[in-house]
Amino acid sequence: MNQLDTRVVDDSSALTERIRRILKQHGRLSRDAERLSEQDDLYEAGMSSHASVNVMLALESEFDLEFPDQMLNRSVFDSIGAIASAIGQLGVG
Amino acid sequence: MQEAATRIAALEPAPGGCAGSSALAGTGTRAGSAAQLLEGIRERVGALAAAHAAEVDRQARFPRESVAALRALGALSAAVPRELGGAGCGMRALAMQCAVLAQGCASSAMILAMHHIQVACLARHGLSSAPLREYLSTLAREQRLIGSVTSEVGTFGDTRSSVCALTRADGRFTLAKDATTISYGAQADALLITCRRSSEAAANDQVLVLLRRGEYQLEPTGGWDTLGMRGTCSPGFRLRGGAPLEQIVPGAFADSSAQTMVPYSHILWASVWYGIASDAVARAAGQVRAQARRAPGTLPSAATALAKVSAELQAVRHHWQAVADEFDALQGGAMQELLSIGWALKLNNLKLTVSEAAARIVHQALQITGIAGYKNDSPASVGRHYRDLLSAALMVSNERIAGKSASMLLVFKDDAVAG
Repeated sequence: MNQLDTRVVDDSSALTERIRRILKQHGRLSRDAERLSEQDDLYEAGMSSHASVNVMLALESEFDLEFPDQMLNRSVFDSIGAIASAIGQLGVG
Repeated sequence: MQEAATRIAALEPAPGGCAGSSALAGTGTRAGSAAQLLEGIRERVGALAAAHAAEVDRQARFPRESVAALRALGALSAAVPRELGGAGCGMRALAMQCAVLAQGCASSAMILAMHHIQVACLARHGLSSAPLREYLSTLAREQRLIGSVTSEVGTFGDTRSSVCALTRADGRFTLAKDATTISYGAQADALLITCRRSSEAAANDQVLVLLRRGEYQLEPTGGWDTLGMRGTCSPGFRLRGGAPLEQIVPGAFADSSAQTMVPYSHILWASVWYGIASDAVARAAGQVRAQARRAPGTLPSAATALAKVSAELQAVRHHWQAVADEFDALQGGAMQELLSIGWALKLNNLKLTVSEAAARIVHQALQITGIAGYKNDSPASVGRHYRDLLSAALMVSNERIAGKSASMLLVFKDDAVAG
């Protein structure tokens, strides 16, 4: 348990960096993805639902995973932190 | 008349499918129950709307007779919660009202549908604001009509982005919007308007605001001389107005759009389109029956075509009824679920399928009626139905919706079928 927790903490910044890179490329944000906090609302930052699909696709490719349909929900992708936790739930990252 | 009664009987909601029959207990005298409203629309409003439908269409004028009758019945507060004096109707009950009314007059039914959609947005997202709550009570008491202002010059039909933005000062906001169409804009008692949260906000960072008559000015920028849906009176307007900040619907329009505006629009529009198509089929059926009576024992030549078109009509009815029932069955967590891609696709599919099928059905009805249906002054005329239904694929363009679905399907796995 402890070991796992440590790994998660160590990797979390690497994980959010990868997410930021994808957002930068596909999120069509009106703000710089590097300067968003983990809690900032991505939709308020200009991500359209169309762009969010591209972000999902890029995340699936980057992390070699498939989001199950019940996770394909606006709120699961509404911040960097939420995306990281979704990826974490799928046991990746 | 008998035909109409049979058709409408087939539309009866399942018992318990709407807001109960005890609605009169404890609420205002106006409220009525879902069942009483449907009965009233069928018995009184429908026939009146049908009697004026041709003139409304010809003159492209507001169907004031049917809207007055809806008011007298209390139908404009059908979607207002019971505790605020409305009937608290669910989706299935609202859709039934629209379908029944559309059999008489498509424009009247579309106005009722659009009004229900606006009321639902306030009822589902606005109750934490005291003035919006109060407005819903007033609406129920005085049967006020709300219009919608989502379209705008410069957004190219994308309701999920806005150019105009709120300016806030001293507890109030002001707003100016160049709207490409506002249905019954000149007749509405209030408008629900999409706009950017502030002048710094991104195009899709929108909110909904309520402006009541007196709080806005409308300057027409065009006319409404269209092929169909002529009674909805939907020209462009330049709107300017302002109100206290409490008239901003709490939360983001991104959420209320997915949770309310889109599901109510697609389901209620589908029920309107179904109602139009079913009246066209009824006219075709009337002709086929008349032929059959002239020569009992011989199947009229168009009878088989009628059998085929009624199968398609049934598929359309089951489609919107099933989605309405599924919506009504959503429990706690419903608001989250409505933000899912699964629901977005389900609603898009309903809109695409019914808008195309209904237009096809009227085309087939015309083949059955032949010249009698082609004539504008015959009882079998389906010209108005035909023209009205041409709007279905355009009000939110099917091309745009199919594009959005195509994109969502790239990530959606349809676990429900696969698993």
